[in-house]
Amino acid sequence: MARTERKAAEIDATGIGKSFGTFKALTDVTLTIARGEFLTLLGPSGSGKTTFLMVLSGFEPPTTGRLLLDGRDMTDISPEERGFGMVFQGYALFPHLTVEENIAFPLKVQRRGRAEIRRRVAEIIEMVGLGGHGHKRPAGLSGGQQQRVALARALAYEPPVMLFDEPFSALDRNLRSQMQDEMRRIHRETGTTFVFVTHDQEEALTLSSRIAIFEAGCLQQIGSPRDIYERPGNRFVAEFLGDINVLPIRDGKLEGREVTVQGDPDGDLAIRPEYMRIALQAPAEGNAVAARLTDLTYLGGVTRLNLRTAGGAELVLSVPTAELSDGLTPGAEIWATWPGERAFML
Amino acid sequence: MTRRHMLLLGPLLLFLAAAYLIPFLGVMRWSVTLPEPGLHQYRAALTDPLVQSVIWRTLRICTMVTVITVAAAYMLALIWVRSGPVARVLVELCILIPFWISVLTRAFGWLALLSNRGLVNSWLEALGIIDLPLVMVRNEFGVVVGMVHFLIPFAVFPIATAMRNVDERVLMAARSMGASRARIFWQVFVPMTRPGILGAMLLVFVFSLGFFITPAILGGGRSVMVAELIYLRLFQSPNWGLAAAMSVILMAGVGLLIALLLRQLGERTAR
Repeated sequence: MARTERKAAEIDATGIGKSFGTFKALTDVTLTIARGEFLTLLGPSGSGKTTFLMVLSGFEPPTTGRLLLDGRDMTDISPEERGFGMVFQGYALFPHLTVEENIAFPLKVQRRGRAEIRRRVAEIIEMVGLGGHGHKRPAGLSGGQQQRVALARALAYEPPVMLFDEPFSALDRNLRSQMQDEMRRIHRETGTTFVFVTHDQEEALTLSSRIAIFEAGCLQQIGSPRDIYERPGNRFVAEFLGDINVLPIRDGKLEGREVTVQGDPDGDLAIRPEYMRIALQAPAEGNAVAARLTDLTYLGGVTRLNLRTAGGAELVLSVPTAELSDGLTPGAEIWATWPGERAFML
Repeated sequence: MTRRHMLLLGPLLLFLAAAYLIPFLGVMRWSVTLPEPGLHQYRAALTDPLVQSVIWRTLRICTMVTVITVAAAYMLALIWVRSGPVARVLVELCILIPFWISVLTRAFGWLALLSNRGLVNSWLEALGIIDLPLVMVRNEFGVVVGMVHFLIPFAVFPIATAMRNVDERVLMAARSMGASRARIFWQVFVPMTRPGILGAMLLVFVFSLGFFITPAILGGGRSVMVAELIYLRLFQSPNWGLAAAMSVILMAGVGLLIALLLRQLGERTAR
């Protein structure tokens, strides 16, 4: 396979299933990964996201379904021939080789010329910000630096697809967000197709052009971060990605008051915390529900309010601190309001 | 560890002192007092052509034994660590059964197999492959076979431990880069198990330096190694001072190698 000629590839997965004995790790996953996109596979542990990544890599053959790479069937092609770049949790560096030798390894496998290898290694070391560390062994590097070596080693041979298995899970919060920024820059610079597994919602929202949400071995929804956050396709997606308030609606009414409902007048109405506001008196019109303030957490720019409605539903509101009056204390009887177009039925 | 826990080591330390340390101090005394005070026995030990040739033979046999043992143990450990459950149980039996049989029995077993009228020679003659029996005992070949057989299990354990410590994801990373199985084995797996290989080599070498029964039986008095020579100088042509000096030299060599081994192990755990 002439893998060096392609810069970025497109992958079509159709009806992918994977069983381990009687356990179904994946069921009928169908999705297209576009050329050069940054797709995140997001889900709780055991949701099948890592199994799907392993199917893409070729290390786990799928039980059912087909995989196409740029329109050609690659279902039965070995990981060696696919030649995708992989970055693992725990980095998986060669401990006996220096940083430069680690990065040169895949280039030597491809029998590139010495001069070219030297040039490419130097170039990629600069790109991931490892200048001056080339002669060190992995054991002499910090976690963040080891992560950069793993990234550099996988990028060195310009694979058509890069696969990441929770690469930042061992890093502390600051380093993590720094690496996420680098990751976006490197994705832009290389233009390669990135597939990234994580269980961290914030990471998924920060990094991706699209997110695929997995749960119980099934693909729940795939779309842009904004789509998924604001228009979740089902209750699992709505509750998994950020906080959400769920209110039971009977006959178009919430606790006796008429509210805006799209579609079925009976069911659960969902509203994100940041789209809800409070009112001290009953509003004359619009969507509202009476509630008691149970807790109030100052978070700087925003304040988090916990409310309980007369009907017993728990609400979370995220309100800009500037919009709140000072005298508000837990126990106050207030109203929660929201614009009708921001609510959706689950 | 608290001081009370240290007390539990007391009986063992007492036993070691009584059974090894005090007798060895006695041997050291003999080496500088028999037949008269001075270092002349050490000079004799290091200049006597017979002693020199025995030391060279010992080093030669121990080196061969170490290389063959560790290579064989590496293959065995590879099967043990990285294959299916059936092969694993078989390898475990192969490693454990020799432990249950005494070294004497095993040496005589090899004698029965390898001697001029032994099983191997009679089969080869019956099959018409050879006319005259192959000489496989009463020489270095027999000694090496017997020692390798005895030492393989001891080399398997450190190597297998190193192999179990190899992160599977490192091998997967190498595969994803398109590396062939041979390249992954020689350029990734073997270097990653290097601490185990070095540990096993030192262990086997140190162990083999002091071998007595196996070379005595399978060497048949023709491939005398240091330990056997010490025995001969004690009981056959008595020169206790010389025997004591050779013992001390052997102990010093072994001590040096063990110090190296401990340093190697220390480096491995520190990493």
